[in-house]
Amino acid sequence: MQYILLIYGNEAEAKNATKDDQMKMFGEYKVFTEELKGSGKMLGGDALESVTTATTVRVKGGKTLRTDGPFAETREQLGGFYAIEAKDLDEAVMIAAKVPGAKYGCIEVRPVMKINGM
Amino acid sequence: MDHAAIALLYRQESSAILARMIRALGGDFALAEEVVQEAFEAALVDWPLGGTPQNARAWLLGTARHKAIDRIRRRSRFEAPLDDSVDLAALSVEPGDEPASAFGDDLLRLIFTCCHPALALEAQVALTLRTLCGLTTDEIARAFFVDPKTMAQRLVRAKNKIRVAKIPYVVPGRAELAERLDAVLSVVYLVFNEGYAATSGDELVRRELCREAIRIGRLLESLIPDRAETTALVALMLLHDARQATRLDAEGNLVLLEDQDRSRWDRTEIEEGLARVTHALRRGGATPYGIQAAIAALHAEAPRAEDTDWRQIALLYAELARIAPSPVVLLNRAVAVAMHEGAERGLELLARIADEPDLSGHHLFYAARADLARRLGQASAARRDYARALELCRAAPERRYLERRLQELG
Repeated sequence: MQYILLIYGNEAEAKNATKDDQMKMFGEYKVFTEELKGSGKMLGGDALESVTTATTVRVKGGKTLRTDGPFAETREQLGGFYAIEAKDLDEAVMIAAKVPGAKYGCIEVRPVMKINGM
Repeated sequence: MDHAAIALLYRQESSAILARMIRALGGDFALAEEVVQEAFEAALVDWPLGGTPQNARAWLLGTARHKAIDRIRRRSRFEAPLDDSVDLAALSVEPGDEPASAFGDDLLRLIFTCCHPALALEAQVALTLRTLCGLTTDEIARAFFVDPKTMAQRLVRAKNKIRVAKIPYVVPGRAELAERLDAVLSVVYLVFNEGYAATSGDELVRRELCREAIRIGRLLESLIPDRAETTALVALMLLHDARQATRLDAEGNLVLLEDQDRSRWDRTEIEEGLARVTHALRRGGATPYGIQAAIAALHAEAPRAEDTDWRQIALLYAELARIAPSPVVLLNRAVAVAMHEGAERGLELLARIADEPDLSGHHLFYAARADLARRLGQASAARRDYARALELCRAAPERRYLERRLQELG
């Protein structure tokens, strides 16, 4: 199974954090990323730009509609994701719980769709 | 075997056969349910004519396997390609007399998957009742005051999530077993309480919920032995269930614990419950289920209402409030203290918790305060609280009780 881990957090809080806190967080991510890479379960992953750079795309009646921002307003914004290989949901959740952001916001675990013939 | 006997067999055997089929089908609940259903339908046609096979379970399992193979072959030709998690070869093997323990393992897998924390609690309860207890979707909907269509959707969504997100069909490993078992026990207790609470009009379904909760509790006791919390929960359920027949009178009116005919309490259940309480407290110490079971045991052991050891019950509620605080526990503690130290003391304790948000909208709080006021001869305060309780209470037997009290006060 392949899973993708989406990291949610409050952008404003992260932005207003002290330099030390930001560096600490950065270090935590570095450790986690190295660990995941070492275990061979990391398929990819990147931090994302601020939610203010997000665009929601909709297609209605064959026309592409673009909206600024994420699909729904919530207190927390998507801040990054990990794509992981796990044997089932339990293992995926276990890995997600180790993502540093799980302490400050939440991680959405979403199965990656299998498409036939690809 | 006639239709009634096959229906009984369905109640007893379908969950074990379903549990096995789900494993063989790589966790596909929906497909497993369909083929098990069809196997029983085939039995209804074949057995009354051709006679009951010697090993009914093996026959049903074999028939379900054949149906599954048919469906998967058809599906793979016309629809999506074969799912890699379905082992066709394993399905083709004719089942012999398998050891009972193998079925036990599959049942455990089914229990833990239905009560998986990645599913919403209401979905866990619905799925448990549907697959482990064999209740129909309509029955479950009635038990939870939900539109049958909504309940059907809830079940489809849960089964879909299990398959798509790949919730594993396994018994959790040692590291998480205790935590996951707790989650299972809370589903079992929720099922029991739903059956025990006099909230719905459907008496038959409610009895069924209590019976099934106890059955799953016993099953867990035998499949994962030596768990004090399981023993405590089964004890708690048995000791409450023992009073079931005396809780309502012939007209369906609520009968208070102190007025119940104790000679009609189920002695077998009480004996079984008492033995478990002792065992659970010795092994597991003061756990929430253990304390509640001990309280139920003190009620069960009192030959007459006036023999009840309220002092001990008040102490147990105080301990419960310490390890698992909740407004309802505080309310029960106040009532126990009132029985032991007098109604004034009970009212004092109730005054302290009157502002708890969970209680200020709960009829039990006002009913308890009204009872204490009535005992102290404070008629107008009692009247006011009984009326308030009546506004908040939905269950018919409890409403009639409150109305009766109001009338008595004039």
